[in-house]
Amino acid sequence: MFHWESTPLTGLSFLGMVIGAVVVLLIALAVVTYAIYFERKFIGWMQLRIGPNRVGPFGLFQSFADILKLLIKEDVIPDKADRIMFLLAPVIAFVPSFMVLAVIPFSSTHVFTAGLNVGVLYYLAISAITILGVVLGGWASNNKYSLIGGMRSAAQMISYEIPLGLSIVGVVLLSGSLNMNVIVAHQAKMWFIIPQIIGFVVFIIAGLAELNRTPFDLPEAESELVAGYHTEYSGFRFAFFMLTEYVYAFALAALATTLFLGGWSGPFLPSWLWFVIKTAAVIFFLFWVRATMPRMRGDQLMSFAWKVLIPVALFNLLLTGGLYLL
Amino acid sequence: MAELRSEEMVLNVGPQHPSTHGVFRLVVTLDGEQIVDADPVVGYLHRGTEKLAEDLQYTQIIPYTDRLDYLSSMLNNYALVHTVEYAMDLEVPARAEYLRIIVMELNRVASHLVFTGTYLLDLGAMSPFLYAFMERETIVELFNEICGARLTYNYMRVGGVKWDAPAGWLQKVRDFIPHMREKMRMYHNLISGNEIFLDRVKGIGVITQEDAISFAMSGVNLRSTGINWDLRKNVPYGIYDQFDFNVIVAEHGDCLDRYWIHMKEIEESLKIVEQALDKISEGPVLGKVPKMIRVPAGEYYRGIEGSRGELGVYIVSDGKDKPYRLKLRRPSFVNLQILKKMLIGQNMANLIAILGAVDIVLGEVDG
Repeated sequence: MFHWESTPLTGLSFLGMVIGAVVVLLIALAVVTYAIYFERKFIGWMQLRIGPNRVGPFGLFQSFADILKLLIKEDVIPDKADRIMFLLAPVIAFVPSFMVLAVIPFSSTHVFTAGLNVGVLYYLAISAITILGVVLGGWASNNKYSLIGGMRSAAQMISYEIPLGLSIVGVVLLSGSLNMNVIVAHQAKMWFIIPQIIGFVVFIIAGLAELNRTPFDLPEAESELVAGYHTEYSGFRFAFFMLTEYVYAFALAALATTLFLGGWSGPFLPSWLWFVIKTAAVIFFLFWVRATMPRMRGDQLMSFAWKVLIPVALFNLLLTGGLYLL
Repeated sequence: MAELRSEEMVLNVGPQHPSTHGVFRLVVTLDGEQIVDADPVVGYLHRGTEKLAEDLQYTQIIPYTDRLDYLSSMLNNYALVHTVEYAMDLEVPARAEYLRIIVMELNRVASHLVFTGTYLLDLGAMSPFLYAFMERETIVELFNEICGARLTYNYMRVGGVKWDAPAGWLQKVRDFIPHMREKMRMYHNLISGNEIFLDRVKGIGVITQEDAISFAMSGVNLRSTGINWDLRKNVPYGIYDQFDFNVIVAEHGDCLDRYWIHMKEIEESLKIVEQALDKISEGPVLGKVPKMIRVPAGEYYRGIEGSRGELGVYIVSDGKDKPYRLKLRRPSFVNLQILKKMLIGQNMANLIAILGAVDIVLGEVDG
């Protein structure tokens, strides 16, 4: 089996790495573009509408039109904004979202995957940087809505990072490794969703909160805070924030697939296709929740994380540890 | 430890804000996320309906009432023509009375549907809004058939209604009732048991009975506090005394109760429509009305149970064909007065839940 970490670093292998990274980047962009399209289409159908249908056949090019529109818009920077931080915030939020994709095993060949020993830890650590971008964006905008939105986001994301991490520890205990490739290999006989069902539930809930998606989309509670931390952002900087969110949706779905749903493994079909199917199923679930649920309230959200999710995740950890010892 | 400097923040919500349901402005003073003061600013949609009415003949005023609470124009039409009929002591043909009841109760259903949909939208759930509008669309289409308009119906006249129901219309209404009941089950499945929804509305925005009375509240807001008061039952007007329906009363006075009353009232209204369809007979739809409608000199007040509360029309007439003064008791405006008291001390996140549950329509608030 091919592994980047077992190949010596030469000019050629470096080139290979760069090509691999660029391919992953392009795939992620394509996924995001069509995730947005399908989200609008699916939610449209669920709500008795038809969704986008004007640009291209079945509206397939709607997302491209939207991106193009955002790119040619004027880049407004408010007078009172903290200029440097205002410009920096979207980048800080956006870059980690692509960095986390490096450790996701997309298929059995590992050409596009860094088989990092601490892959899970890497994902959690890098994704935490995004919070900084969100808070900075909210602060630097010098706008009340942005500030409240940014603060809410920070509080929410930090709180939910803990149950998210704890729910993953169960998987790590079972597989005995932080390397995502090894975790996938361990699920050859049984997907971890079965022994780790509690962990999976906690993971999905905390994941929804991490993604700022309904029912945890408080930071952008339209009815209260206009657009939350990105109220003042327009044009392609706004696009960056949106992109961040959708890349994380993809990354989290990929992570759920890898950790709980057996990753790329599956019979008959090629491994990458299995990965696509499972990831798409998780992403579809995110859309479905969005079409169904109302939004939670800030304080309820916090007490839910600290009083319900974390104890449940800890209990799951205890259970897993106990069973593992037996 | 050094004292941290903190200051209150003034947040301006509206008039261009997604969940003020129109052009309503609220200046909120925040201490952290807690509301310490709230100052509602109304009047952005003021059109001076009452003043305009002084220069209009009574029939000409009817289209203006459409634009008050534009979600229940039929009820507004009725409030005016009913008061004029009461003042002139006019007889209304039986068929017209039944047609009025049918359209008014259907309109109440449509209005309550909009409440449910927009309230859930305020709370962050998108789908109920579109589902509710789907059902409302059916009602609006029915109205379109009977009076040719989807929103501003201008359907009623002093002494009856303008148009008789077209052929097959009553059957369509009859078919709609079981369909709507079926849909109500879906709403309850989707919304009423949702844990997140319950968490957000239970015990929020509580109105006490004393407050409700001293703020002259009416309609759903009053009934949510446990006071059994519905003008259709307590001061029957028209032919409402012929129908068998329940007045829905809750006890806690919180936002959840207000949501529940809206939902239950849809079912009660369907009951009334069903009974009216059974009783309606053939006949004229416009009674014998003098060519020039002149209200005898004097002062007249009639209140009806609008979809948002007591909708009253007060006519001061000096015997001419135009009112000397027309005063509209607009329930949204009256119910809105308690908002400040309800908001102070609340968390910012509850603001939308509370404002939404009061169920205002800005056309009616601003007159």
